[in-house]
Amino acid sequence: MTTVLLDPSSEAVPAERIRAARLAELDGKTIGLLDIVKARGDVFLDQLEERLVERGAKVKRYAKPTFTKPAPIDLRHEIATECDAVVEALAD
Amino acid sequence: MPPTPSDSTAKPPLPAGVVAFVKRDCPTCELVAPVLAALSKDVPLTVYTQDDPSFPDGVERVDDTDLAVSWHHEIEAVPTLLRVEDGREVERAIGWHRGEWEALTRATGLGPGLPELRPGCGSLSVDPSRAPELAIRFSGSKLQARRVEIAALEDEQEAFLDRGWTDGLPIVPPTEARVLRMLEGTSRAPDEVVAIVPPDLAPCTVEKVAINAVMAGCKPEYLPVVLAAVEAACTEQFNIHGLLATTMSAGPVLVVNGPIRNRIGMNAGKNVFGQGNRANSTIGRALQLVIRNVGGGRPGEVDRATLGNPGKVGFCFPEDEEGSPWTPLNVEFGFEAGTDTVMLFPGEGPRTIVDQIARDPDSLCHMFADALKHMLTPKMVLAFDAIVVVGPEHSRIFREAGWSREDFLAKLHALTLMNGDDLVRGAGGIADGLPDGVRGKQIPKFKPDGLRVVHAGGGAGLFSAIIPGWANGEMGSAPVCKEITS
Repeated sequence: MTTVLLDPSSEAVPAERIRAARLAELDGKTIGLLDIVKARGDVFLDQLEERLVERGAKVKRYAKPTFTKPAPIDLRHEIATECDAVVEALAD
Repeated sequence: MPPTPSDSTAKPPLPAGVVAFVKRDCPTCELVAPVLAALSKDVPLTVYTQDDPSFPDGVERVDDTDLAVSWHHEIEAVPTLLRVEDGREVERAIGWHRGEWEALTRATGLGPGLPELRPGCGSLSVDPSRAPELAIRFSGSKLQARRVEIAALEDEQEAFLDRGWTDGLPIVPPTEARVLRMLEGTSRAPDEVVAIVPPDLAPCTVEKVAINAVMAGCKPEYLPVVLAAVEAACTEQFNIHGLLATTMSAGPVLVVNGPIRNRIGMNAGKNVFGQGNRANSTIGRALQLVIRNVGGGRPGEVDRATLGNPGKVGFCFPEDEEGSPWTPLNVEFGFEAGTDTVMLFPGEGPRTIVDQIARDPDSLCHMFADALKHMLTPKMVLAFDAIVVVGPEHSRIFREAGWSREDFLAKLHALTLMNGDDLVRGAGGIADGLPDGVRGKQIPKFKPDGLRVVHAGGGAGLFSAIIPGWANGEMGSAPVCKEITS
């Protein structure tokens, strides 16, 4: 069930949440790789890391304590402050 | 058979003859049920029933459980009897009144054994728990604002914070029902443009003000004050753009005068600048939310304040006119005493003047003047106005001495003349200051209309306060006092 609220603004910008700007290039950027700790997520992320490093990106690896719960706020904050973008390895 | 729930904004026609509106959950309707049954044998009678479609017995019933007919025909109580001719209502009787019913139905001897008169009950179509939703369904929304859908798993507070639509505090979510209720606080049309709001110079309608007033926590009866405040803020003289953009700390300070203060329950007494009163706390906030949301004036963007002040969340208080020895503030702006007004002043947080010893007005004025001379810095003269808020225990001293507001102000201006030698660059070991040309001259701290006097505060404590202003005149902002209309 959705709640409908009225826009309090001048409506000059879209009401939808705006996506973060996409990276124009990878060179010199720090990319976070977040393993949600499902089986073989690390295998996928290892491959991704190789490819990203080839293209000049720096890679930082992170893992959630458990895939059953959202990432803890500290982890999200850490990724947000340390990385330009993040790739999350979902599912098996 | 129950009617299909109607969303129609078209007024449903009524059948000719006598039309009654009833509900079972009404003792008077129960009482007159046999009267209706008897009446239906003699006159064309249609009974609209609001709650139980099987009520009453022995008449031609129409199910109005969705209340479409009741709402459109503005039924306020049940039973209501209408006489309809040529599709138009020509007579109306409310409750049970034998004489009125007989006159309306042209029948005689109705309800023998019943009392002469019995008032009815409220119509479900005006029940407070249903009326807002019915108004949305049947009036056709008169609201233009974009609808924002918040998903079931989303938190509406977080959604509004994420979009940058709050001042950092929680807001009351502006549902359509709440905004419609807010709009009942004014007779102005929702689509009327109130002002062009800086810095984006966005046209702001009554509806947008109402949405932001809901978010701020206002009640509908505060809305006229908020509307007047938005109008005052967006004038050339007040220059909200400049006040917003300044690196200085000031923001809009609102002072309310007139009977509306008491009507909406504002607090002019104890803790007048503080927390705890809904009207004081939310009216100024509503204005600031309009500036933020409609005008696009956000801290760190066009709002360049170095420090700001806590009053920028919203700073609004009324004058204690009843306890004042002087005429109200709005008289200084050319209004009759007793007019509802809101004055906007570009100001920062209040600072207290303590004088517990003075028992004569001269001594007290010296203390006030000393405090005023130091406003911002002693070397800042003429460019900044101030509100002097006189507390009741101080104002009593002026009252008892028979001082008028003019006497008080004249004394303050005289006592705040500054010695030019003390103002020049380097004087007092302070590099900042005025050019040497002021040496040997007396310079007023305030321009002739640079001091505004407001009476407010609790009855115990020998305290008053200064609300320092921001750059006055053409380059800055001048106080604007606006009449509050319904």
